[in-house]
Amino acid sequence: MAERRSPLAGFAARFEAAGAGGRLRLAELPFLTQINVRVDPEGRAAGRIGRALGVPLPVEPGGAVRSGDLTVLWLGPDEWLVVGPDEGEDEGDARGPGLRDRLAETAAGTADDHVSVVDVSAQRTTLVVAGARSRDLLAHGCALDLHPRVFGPGRCAQTLLARAQVVLVAREADEFWVLCRASFAGYTAEWLLDAATEYVT
Amino acid sequence: MLLIPCPWCGPRDEIEFHYGGQAHVAYPDDPAALSDEEWARYLFFRDNPKGPFAERWSHSAGCRRWFNVVRDTATNEIHAVYRIGEPRPVIA
Amino acid sequence: MTATERPVQADRPGEVLRFRFDGRDYEGRSGDTLAAALLASGVRRVATSVKLGRPRGIFSAGVEEPNALVQVETPFPEPMLPATTVELYDGLVATGLPGKGRLADRPDPARYDSVHAHCDVLVVGAGPAGLMAAAEAARGGARVILADERPEPGGSLLGTAETVDGLPGRRWAAERAAELGGFDDVRVLCRTTVFGHYDDNYVVAVERRTNHLGAAAPATMARERIWRIRARRVVLATGAHERFPAFAGNDLPGVMLAGAARAYVNQYGVRPGRRAVVFTTNDSAYPAALDLAGAGIEIAAIVDVRRAPGEEWARRCAERDIEVRTGHVVRAAVGDGEVAAVSIASEAGGQAREVPADLLLVSGGWTPVVHLFSQAGGALRFDEEIGAFVPGEIRQAVEAAGSARGVPTLSGCLRDGAEAGRRALAAAGFAVPDPAPPPAVEHEPEAAPARHLWLVPPADGADHREHFVDLQRDVTVADVLRATGAGLRSVEHVKRYTTAGTAHDQGRTSGLLTSAITAHALGVDVADLGVTTFRAPYAPVSFAALAGRDRGSLHDPVRVTAMHDRHVDSGALFENVGQWKRPWYYPREGEDMAAAVLRECRAAREDVAMMDASTLGKIDVIGPDAAEFLDRLYTNMMSTLAVGSIRYGVMCRPDGMVFDDGTVIRLADDRFLVTTTTGNAAAVLDWMEEWLQTEWPSLRVHCTSVTEQWATVALVGPRSREVLAGLAPGLAVGNPSFPFMTWRDTEVAGIPARVCRISFSGELAYEINVRSWYGLALWEAVEAAGVTPYGTETMHVLRAEKGYPIIGQDTDGTVTPQDLGMAWVVSKKKPDFIGKRSFGRADTARPDRKQLVGLLPEDTGRLLPEGVHLVEPGGTRPLGHVTSSYRSAALGRTFALALISGGRERIGARLHAAMGAETVPVTVAHHVLYDPEGARRDG
Repeated sequence: MAERRSPLAGFAARFEAAGAGGRLRLAELPFLTQINVRVDPEGRAAGRIGRALGVPLPVEPGGAVRSGDLTVLWLGPDEWLVVGPDEGEDEGDARGPGLRDRLAETAAGTADDHVSVVDVSAQRTTLVVAGARSRDLLAHGCALDLHPRVFGPGRCAQTLLARAQVVLVAREADEFWVLCRASFAGYTAEWLLDAATEYVT
Repeated sequence: MLLIPCPWCGPRDEIEFHYGGQAHVAYPDDPAALSDEEWARYLFFRDNPKGPFAERWSHSAGCRRWFNVVRDTATNEIHAVYRIGEPRPVIA
Repeated sequence: MTATERPVQADRPGEVLRFRFDGRDYEGRSGDTLAAALLASGVRRVATSVKLGRPRGIFSAGVEEPNALVQVETPFPEPMLPATTVELYDGLVATGLPGKGRLADRPDPARYDSVHAHCDVLVVGAGPAGLMAAAEAARGGARVILADERPEPGGSLLGTAETVDGLPGRRWAAERAAELGGFDDVRVLCRTTVFGHYDDNYVVAVERRTNHLGAAAPATMARERIWRIRARRVVLATGAHERFPAFAGNDLPGVMLAGAARAYVNQYGVRPGRRAVVFTTNDSAYPAALDLAGAGIEIAAIVDVRRAPGEEWARRCAERDIEVRTGHVVRAAVGDGEVAAVSIASEAGGQAREVPADLLLVSGGWTPVVHLFSQAGGALRFDEEIGAFVPGEIRQAVEAAGSARGVPTLSGCLRDGAEAGRRALAAAGFAVPDPAPPPAVEHEPEAAPARHLWLVPPADGADHREHFVDLQRDVTVADVLRATGAGLRSVEHVKRYTTAGTAHDQGRTSGLLTSAITAHALGVDVADLGVTTFRAPYAPVSFAALAGRDRGSLHDPVRVTAMHDRHVDSGALFENVGQWKRPWYYPREGEDMAAAVLRECRAAREDVAMMDASTLGKIDVIGPDAAEFLDRLYTNMMSTLAVGSIRYGVMCRPDGMVFDDGTVIRLADDRFLVTTTTGNAAAVLDWMEEWLQTEWPSLRVHCTSVTEQWATVALVGPRSREVLAGLAPGLAVGNPSFPFMTWRDTEVAGIPARVCRISFSGELAYEINVRSWYGLALWEAVEAAGVTPYGTETMHVLRAEKGYPIIGQDTDGTVTPQDLGMAWVVSKKKPDFIGKRSFGRADTARPDRKQLVGLLPEDTGRLLPEGVHLVEPGGTRPLGHVTSSYRSAALGRTFALALISGGRERIGARLHAAMGAETVPVTVAHHVLYDPEGARRDG
């Protein structure tokens, strides 16, 4: 099997260096499984998908819910991104069918509802932006109000970071995920590293 | 930089949106039945009022939903935001 | 008296800072502005004026300065700074300017950035009103930002030395600001100028973070930072600027605003002169005169145009033996290059008296700083009492407080600010705590009404050519009169005719005066005439600050494919396609572009070649109605496409003009994968969503972008089948089992892949798609099979030889599929699709429409420039233009594509390409110049 290469494979050392001052942590979480699900949230299929995920699809705009090692992100009123761990190099391996297949199977059972399940695992990569200055760092390029009362854990947003579209997820008090398109990942990483300059030492 | 209240995501900066021109200009049911003039009117003619104007926006950098806005073209005041398919609210 | 003779005030406290000005070394003190240090060093002439070259001194003590413009030379040249705002640091080097600066000839090494911020209440200005407003809002629990342009809070308190709550004003302000800093959700920004106030309380400010540190500025710290603030409520406590009347010689060094002189004495311990005359229209100059007298400056006289000042001021002057000449005016400041005497006369007329003085303080009243209020959309109204425009109605959640809305006293400003803070708190939805007792201030003498004097007429027979209105632009009363004499009636027109108010001080001291003089000349009321529009920026902002981090390699996102690093290693040159970096060509040792492209083309036509095609947009279109949906979007039929097959398609706008093209792959009955052009990927997805959401919500279809899920290698050329067979042993590659326009899932080089047999080159070709994290591995595996990489230039040549158009290059939004010679792609069977009705319009059937044709220059080595126009031999009427032009290895000559009026009818005809004086003869040809039967592609 050929080797996979993540969009930010070349940035590991620079991310590490940006954490030197202890106020920031930058890292890529490569190869996370990401499944785009589009379904009518009121239909029966949505309920079945929620049961399969172990958590109902969040209907509140900007909601991010977790179920075990899965995170379900609200992207739109009929659109979600299910994020799970790297499932390895094969689509289905010894652990059984992959997340996409499980969701597709669940969805297929509801003939009257129209569901789309699309594997977008390689479409975006995931950057962790964490640490005491993580909000300050993101605020250089993100126009959203990131105040903990407004955008705390359990929130996500599709928005712009600098000039790139991203999905921003508040994971923990001082930890964010920035999901960015693979082609924009290098730009986003360079931008974050540049913006982090003041917070490194 | 307008602050546009997306009906789903809430207020976001104008830069996240894509402008879609005048609202409530429906694609004709049967274009073939229209005269050239009627078709040209659908294609090319739009209102350009000074004052409240119903227009379409898409939250293209967010939830990608299209929706309607009544915006005062003279002051940029947004009087109403409503979803596609809903009737234009009456602005006093 | 010249500068060298003036005493240097070396006895001031503070740390000594050395600096150099106009080539001479001086000393100042910590806390000085450059202006304060120059005054303390006896330097009076700082700059010369822009038009007339007159000597100019220091006129003010703040951002309103029109005269003392300097250029800071180190660490990096920055032009056009008012010396009154430049903080002194050790090693400062500056030069006085003749009204114009010099741009640096090298890149600025400093860092700049920007930050977004949100608050419930933004308070602009940390003077008495602003501090109180911020304190009240903070006390109520609001998120507050307090921004002030100066290095420390206090505003007017810094210069007046008034006390608040028994503390010197400066200390009181520092303590209030420190308290504010203790709140979690309060941010106090000093050295931060709010310069723009836009819709929905979007307020933009610039923070100067390291300028005052000189060489000690940390290199990692952004020198300036743009704050982009969204505030629910804004309190504008922006204060007021003192103004001056027009009189002869009012631009001479030594003429200074009275409040500024007071600030130099109180805040900096600097005596701006030795013997002063004070010329005023209001009471505010009296405490200034008394403070100067207390600092040892002789007050030769106070010249007050009114019948009487406030009684208490008159008494205090009498106690100090200061002469007050009421009902008098200053006719002229007299001196050779700076003030040496002041000519005083009764306003009623009569003989003028010259009083020796080196300082002339002027006060024509106070003009509220309404710039931001006006930018925010607020209306202004004229306040007769203060003789200036003040904030009126405003739609946005904004209010002005303190002297920014004409409140004249310190106690009034403190109270007004507190009330504004409490109103903002309530409006932002917070519970308003009980009011705190107002801070105590010193006894405030009852004020006598001000008189609004704009112009002191010249002595008999003299003109107005030394009565300055706008000091920075050298505009005089004579210029304004010339404008009104020319018939101009609008103050906006007068501004443009005279340039008054167009300098970078934004007419802070001159705007109202210009209006008043214009009104006077026209015989109208200034209240009716109004003032010119206030526009952002309130104060100059460098482009570097506005650009922030968006420069150099971060200027715009650079999008790269998964194979990018390998392209770089291969020595590819890159072409920008939208934000993408695409390999343009891969020159080998000694090759120029033409040689490399000819070699790459030959490889594709004669052997086997490969291209990174990952940038094409890709959209999954899924749902029971997906086929119907695509039938409506594309001009051709998609519902009849078999699973496993691929069809080329064109999308038009409703007007029938080509919008995009690409391939449609049917993955399942209810599942398609659509490709778009590289540049239109987002636009096509938006287009699909628009129709689904706004017109056809009943269609059960979902669209999902998968552009970057897949990396794509195009494998092209007569040997491509053989190479593919080697890489994909499990795939039946023979023509019958894997025909043109079909796709197969398989493994290529051990990687799960979808192989599409499609061709954008006219050759036997495949596109191999893998998940993008395998893109690099796939590329390397294919290249290792001995395949020649090629770039976008070769792709263009190959497709142009086949007459395949590039949307956006060979089309421009006015081109139909029929114009492109692709009538075959327009369905006759479908009842409707987007654009169909427009093909029945007379316009789209005109025989003289521009149509895509080939062009063959008669000189087979001549390459036509793209964009060049074509005419009939001997004619001049442009018939169209060249859209694509290349050298062809396959044709052994140059060729071009062009959009030509009635082009298809002209095939075989001779036209001239009009290239300046030269005309280049060409023959019109069919747009498909290579393998028109498609035998190579389909075999």
